[in-house]
Amino acid sequence: MSENQPLSVEQRNKRTLKKLVIWAIAMFGFAFLMVPFYNVICDITGLNGKTSSTAATDAPAEVVEDRTVTVEFITQKGDGISGEFTSETKRVKVHPGEITLVHFYASNPTDSDMVTQSIPSVSPGIAARYLHKTQCFCFDQQTLAAGERKDMPMIFYLDPEIPSHINQFTLSYTIFDVTERVAGKNNSVAVN
Amino acid sequence: MSTAAATHDDHHDHHHAPTGLKRWLFSTNHKDIGTLYLWFSFAMFLVGGFMAMVIRAELLEPGMQFVDPEFFNQMTTVHGLVMVFGAVMPATVGLANWMIPLMIGAPDMALPRMNNWSFWILPFAFGILIFAVLMSAFGAGNPSAPNFGWTFYAPLSTKYGPASTDLFILSVHMMGISSIMGAINVVVTVFNMRAPGMTLMKMPLFVWTWLITAFLLIAVIPVLAGVVTMMLTDRHFGTSFFDAAGGGDPVLFQHVFWFFGHPEVYIMILPSFGIVSAIIPAFARKPLFGYASMVYATASIALLSFVVWAHHMFTVGMPLAGTLFFMYMTMLISVPTGVKVFNWVATMWRGSMTFELPMKWAIAFVILFTCGGLSGLMLAITPVDFQYHDTYFVVAHFHYVLVTGAIFSIFAAAYYWLPKWSGVMPSKLLGELHFWNSLISANLLFFPMHFVGLAGMPRRYADYALQFADYNFWISIGGFWFGLSQVIFLVVAVRCAMKKGEPAPAKPWEGAEGLEWEVPSPAPFHTFDTPPVVK
Repeated sequence: MSENQPLSVEQRNKRTLKKLVIWAIAMFGFAFLMVPFYNVICDITGLNGKTSSTAATDAPAEVVEDRTVTVEFITQKGDGISGEFTSETKRVKVHPGEITLVHFYASNPTDSDMVTQSIPSVSPGIAARYLHKTQCFCFDQQTLAAGERKDMPMIFYLDPEIPSHINQFTLSYTIFDVTERVAGKNNSVAVN
Repeated sequence: MSTAAATHDDHHDHHHAPTGLKRWLFSTNHKDIGTLYLWFSFAMFLVGGFMAMVIRAELLEPGMQFVDPEFFNQMTTVHGLVMVFGAVMPATVGLANWMIPLMIGAPDMALPRMNNWSFWILPFAFGILIFAVLMSAFGAGNPSAPNFGWTFYAPLSTKYGPASTDLFILSVHMMGISSIMGAINVVVTVFNMRAPGMTLMKMPLFVWTWLITAFLLIAVIPVLAGVVTMMLTDRHFGTSFFDAAGGGDPVLFQHVFWFFGHPEVYIMILPSFGIVSAIIPAFARKPLFGYASMVYATASIALLSFVVWAHHMFTVGMPLAGTLFFMYMTMLISVPTGVKVFNWVATMWRGSMTFELPMKWAIAFVILFTCGGLSGLMLAITPVDFQYHDTYFVVAHFHYVLVTGAIFSIFAAAYYWLPKWSGVMPSKLLGELHFWNSLISANLLFFPMHFVGLAGMPRRYADYALQFADYNFWISIGGFWFGLSQVIFLVVAVRCAMKKGEPAPAKPWEGAEGLEWEVPSPAPFHTFDTPPVVK
């Protein structure tokens, strides 16, 4: 056939082996690539009900007076939280575009300072895209001094574009004690 | 190497091979390694089966009788892991090792040394996992074995996992490495070692289904390795892939896991399709109906298996568009699967059928696998899945496709090829006993699970509401009966291994086709040193 010596079976085996090993390693990498990929898709679609982690800077374009949407608030305490974590308002009826302030309270009954992080989640998840927060305690870690009860305000408005089938949704916050996590990070920085 | 082997004749070569333990430990022979895989998987089948017996004993009557709920959870978890990774997958790898070189006219697998390694990792992987169970059952302080279900959802397996979760992670990593190496070996063998004239579209369907399975394995087992690595770093190295407190998302776990997990179910069933496609034409004495459509159907199933994963998680709260996409894609899989079932039935249509043992198992496979497929279609419908999710209906579905599907086809393969492996015919009487007992008991075991599931009995609980008591009693009776029936197969296999039985001719089945029947029974240690000519 051709003038070149055809590859022996051993050589061909090695070549195929190499390709397949590279493919397997690439798929291992792909598993980790799914993490940022998932986060981006969730950001765009609100797939997992996560609200934006940054403050909305635009003011609402208009207030839609002839529509009201019910927003409910739930609070949950994650591991290590022994104190209070409540929202002053349980439910509020708002017009899309209307700027609303709600208060949350967290307390630290322990003898030492506590760093907390609150994680928001919206159900149904699709509503997360239309919830804009101009100020939220969840954007940053909140430090509660020993014995402190903290007022944590949250200011939000709903996108006037919010689809007509969303008349009600729930915003849930889970508060976590991340003191050790933060301390761990600082330690590792110090070691480095 | 090839010149040296060519000057020796097969008979002499056999005497040079190491004997005793060394023969098995150091073997690079595809037949020896295939045998090791098959015995190992059968041992794991019995171990996993024993755990199922513990589960069924506890569920025989309402209330708590034998084990505490904590241990019950460990049993369901390890039963699933052992059956999926220890019984079904190694059994099909064992069949691939034995049969693929014989079917394509190759002297051995392409990478024999790696073949040895991929088998010998497995006993250690399962040793680690079973060690965790033994510690839990008998160890000081009874530390918990993995108890989060075989799907090991986070955060149950990360934040709340027992210490033995780390043993589990190591064990899964080792199983994964073994599977990937086995799969790579199959692909390299099929691509480069075929006898002259054996074109891809002339390959037996078992080789085709295994080739596609191997590609699935190489694509998704690394993702499984990735997800357990993320678990490990979440548990010990301060990352937060799945920890909400650190900005992660537990639902992400389910996406990554099922991206592996759904192709995994086809990894377990595709080789079965190949087995049945070999057996039905042999006993219907007609060529397989629609060979090319079988190949394309297998490839379509494999491709579709990558875009249906979220049908396992309809209840996590996906947007409507997402649930619709995954629902339609899942239903689409029934088209190529339907093509296959149609082809098997069409092969039997007006064939000169006889019902030897392999054919009995194969026909039972076709009927009962279709049954499991239909309940799968019901589960695919998003709105009703909300009712069925995590009930015994799901348990019934996947046991129909995996026990009366995958495992029945593996038994079909064993009865079909045991004459070739051992040189003796498996005992007809014992084989019939094994078949009929398994067939009736499996249906007694799994069919009522549909009813209790539809009535709302959740899976993975050590107890149930009183109205499920009668059904569960009969399910447990079916379970013990099915478990005991498998001991008959142990006798069948041991008798064959001890060469007790009627000697088998090179081609014991009249209508069988394929290169494997051209070598004597039992297949000599070395076959096809000179490649056969394929017309």
